[in-house]
Amino acid sequence: MSTYSLSDGLASGAPRTSRVPLLATWLRESGAGVLASVAWIAFGLSCLWWADVGDWSRTHSLGIAAFVIAAIALFGTVGVDYLGAAGQALHKRAPWLVALGAFLTVWEVATAKFAWLPLPFFPPPQAIIEVYTDDLPKLLDSVFASVKLQLGGYLIGATVGFLTGVSIGWSRAVGYWVHPVLRFIGPLPATAWLPIAFFTFPSSWSASTFLIALATGFPVTVLTWSGVASVSNAYYDVARTLGARPSFLVLKVAIPAALPHVFVGLFMGLGSSFAVLVVAEMIGVKAGLGWYLQWAQGWAAYANMYAALIVMSLLCSGAITLLFSIRDRLLVWQKGTVKW
Amino acid sequence: MVTAALAEIATHPAAGAALDIEQVSHAFDIDGTELPVLSDVSISVEPGEFVALLGPSGCGKSTLLRLVAGLDKPRAGRLREDESRIRSPHPSRVVVFQDPTLFPWRSVWDNVALGLEAQGILKSQRHRVDAALDLVGLSSFRKAYPHQLSGGMAQRVALARALVNDPKILILDEPLGKLDSLTRITMQAELVSLWQRKGFTTLLVTHDAEEALVLANRVIVFSDRPARVKADIRVDRPYPRHRGDPYLADLRRQILGLLGLDATW
Ligand SMILES: Nc1ncnc2c1ncn2[C@@H]1O[C@H](COP(=O)(O)OP(=O)(O)OP(=O)(O)O)[C@@H](O)[C@H]1O
Ligand SMILES: [Mg+2]
Repeated sequence: MSTYSLSDGLASGAPRTSRVPLLATWLRESGAGVLASVAWIAFGLSCLWWADVGDWSRTHSLGIAAFVIAAIALFGTVGVDYLGAAGQALHKRAPWLVALGAFLTVWEVATAKFAWLPLPFFPPPQAIIEVYTDDLPKLLDSVFASVKLQLGGYLIGATVGFLTGVSIGWSRAVGYWVHPVLRFIGPLPATAWLPIAFFTFPSSWSASTFLIALATGFPVTVLTWSGVASVSNAYYDVARTLGARPSFLVLKVAIPAALPHVFVGLFMGLGSSFAVLVVAEMIGVKAGLGWYLQWAQGWAAYANMYAALIVMSLLCSGAITLLFSIRDRLLVWQKGTVKW
Repeated sequence: MVTAALAEIATHPAAGAALDIEQVSHAFDIDGTELPVLSDVSISVEPGEFVALLGPSGCGKSTLLRLVAGLDKPRAGRLREDESRIRSPHPSRVVVFQDPTLFPWRSVWDNVALGLEAQGILKSQRHRVDAALDLVGLSSFRKAYPHQLSGGMAQRVALARALVNDPKILILDEPLGKLDSLTRITMQAELVSLWQRKGFTTLLVTHDAEEALVLANRVIVFSDRPARVKADIRVDRPYPRHRGDPYLADLRRQILGLLGLDATW
C-alpha cells in the first residue's frame, strides 16, 4: 500500500487520494467477494452450458441456485457497509466461496459434462442434490436414528466414565479394584466386542448403546482420573484450612480443577464413539446413517453414499462444535483454549 | 484507618487464641535420608500477640506454619490452641500461604468466599466477602479471574480470603513478599489496624527484619536448618511505629547480627 502510493505520488505529484489508489484499495478489499461471484457464475454456467452425459433432474435448478449465490456474493460485497455483521461474515468467508465455486465448477465439468471421472463412482453435484430432495424422508429417518443411538450411548458413557474417573482419582480402595479392570478392558477397541454384544444383549439397539458407551467411557474415565490425580495439593491445603469437608474437596476442588482434562476425555470419547456408531449401524442395527451407507453401497447408489457422508460429517462436526462451546462456557477461567 | 482502629481497641476485647508449640521437632524423608527441619522448637504465644518469625531461607519456617495449621503432624512434640491439641486444620486457624494459590476456576469474589462457603454460612454472610474485598482494595476486581491479576493483587486476594473467616489465629507466610514497596507499607498498616481491631493472634513469617519490627510485638529468630529458636525479642513500642525509630534500628542491627549479616552493618 505505502509503496504504491509513494511511487504514485512521486510520478504524478498528485495527492494520495487519486482515483487509481482508490480503485486499487476497493479491489483489494472487495476482490475476493467479486471473485466469489465470478466463480459461482462459472459454476452456474458450467451446469447450464453443456448437456449432461447422464440423466439428472436437478441440473437446471442447481445452475439457477449457483447464479443466486453469485448474486448474493456480489451484492453482499458491494453493500458490505450496509449489511452489518452479515456483511462482515460474508467478507471473511469470501476466499472460501471462491474456492468452493471453483471446486464445484471443476467437479461439474469433470463428471456431468465430460465424464472425465468414471461415472457411477463419481456422481456430479446435481446427483447429490437429487438425493437430498428425493430421498429426504429416508435420510432424515437415518439421521434421527443415528442421533438417538449416539446421544444415548454417549451420555451414558460420559456419565459413567466421569463418575468412575472421579472415584478412582479420589479413593484408593476404588482405584485398587477398578484400575486393573480398566487396564485390561479399556484399550480393547469397543468394536471388538461387537459379535459378542450382539448375541448377549436383548436387542441390537441396546448392544450398540452399550458399545458406544464403552467407547466413550474409557477415555473419559482415564482423563478424569488423571485430572483429579494431578490436582495440586496446595489447593486441598487451602480448602482444608478454610474448613472444607471431604465432600467439598471433591465437588468444589477436585472436579473443577480436573474439568479441563475431563473435556479432553469427552472429546476423545466423541471421536471413538462415532467410529463405533457407524460400524454398529452397518453390522447390527438396521437403521441410521451407517446402515444407509451400507444400503446405498448394496444398490450401487453412489450419490446416496456421498450425500450420507456429507450429512454425517456435518453431524459429527456439529457435535464437536457443541462440545467445545459447552467447554468454553464452563472453562472461561482458562486462557488460551483451542478454538474449534 | 490506623488511628481509627486504635480508638476501637478498647471497645473490642482480644478474640485471639493462645498458641503453644511444645518441643516440636520435625523431619522429612528425602530419598530415604532423613532431613531434620525443626529441632526442639518451643514457643508460647499469648492470645492476641503478633509474633514475627525470621530465619534463613529453607530453615523450616513454612514447615512450622503447616504444623500450626494442622496440615501436617510433627514427628515429636505437641501443638495446642487454647489448651486443645491441634490435630487437623480448623477455620479458626487460617493460613495465607507463601504462594497465593487462588483457585483459577473461581472469580476473585468466589475465591474470597471460599471459607464461608466451605463452612456452609455463605448465604447469610455475603457482606463479609464484600467487606474483605474492600479492605484489600480489590472491590472492582470481584469478577476477574486469577489469571487476570498481577502477583501483588493475587496476594491481596489471598489475604482477603483468609481475613473473611474471622480467624482466632492468623498464619501469614510472607504474605507481603510480592507487593511493591508502596502497597506493602499500606498493607502493613492495614494489617496492624486489623489486628488491633479484631484482636486475633498473628504468626507472620517474613524475610524482612524491618517489617517484623514495624508489625510485631515479638520477633523470633531461627537458626539455620534444622531450625531452633535462636532469639526471642520483645518489641515494646507503641503503634503506629516509625521506620526511623532508633530503638527499632538498634533491634534491627541486633537481629541482622543473629542472622549472620554483621558485615553489612
Ligand atoms: N514436603 C516436603 N518434603 C520434603 N522436604 C520438604 C518438604 N517441605 C519442605 N521440605 C524441606 O524442608 C526445609 C524447610 O522448608 P520450608 O519450606 O519450611 O523453609 P522456609 O523456612 O519456609 O524457607 P523460605 O523462607 O525460603 O520459604 C527445606 O529444606 C525443604 O527442602
Ligand atoms: Mg517458606
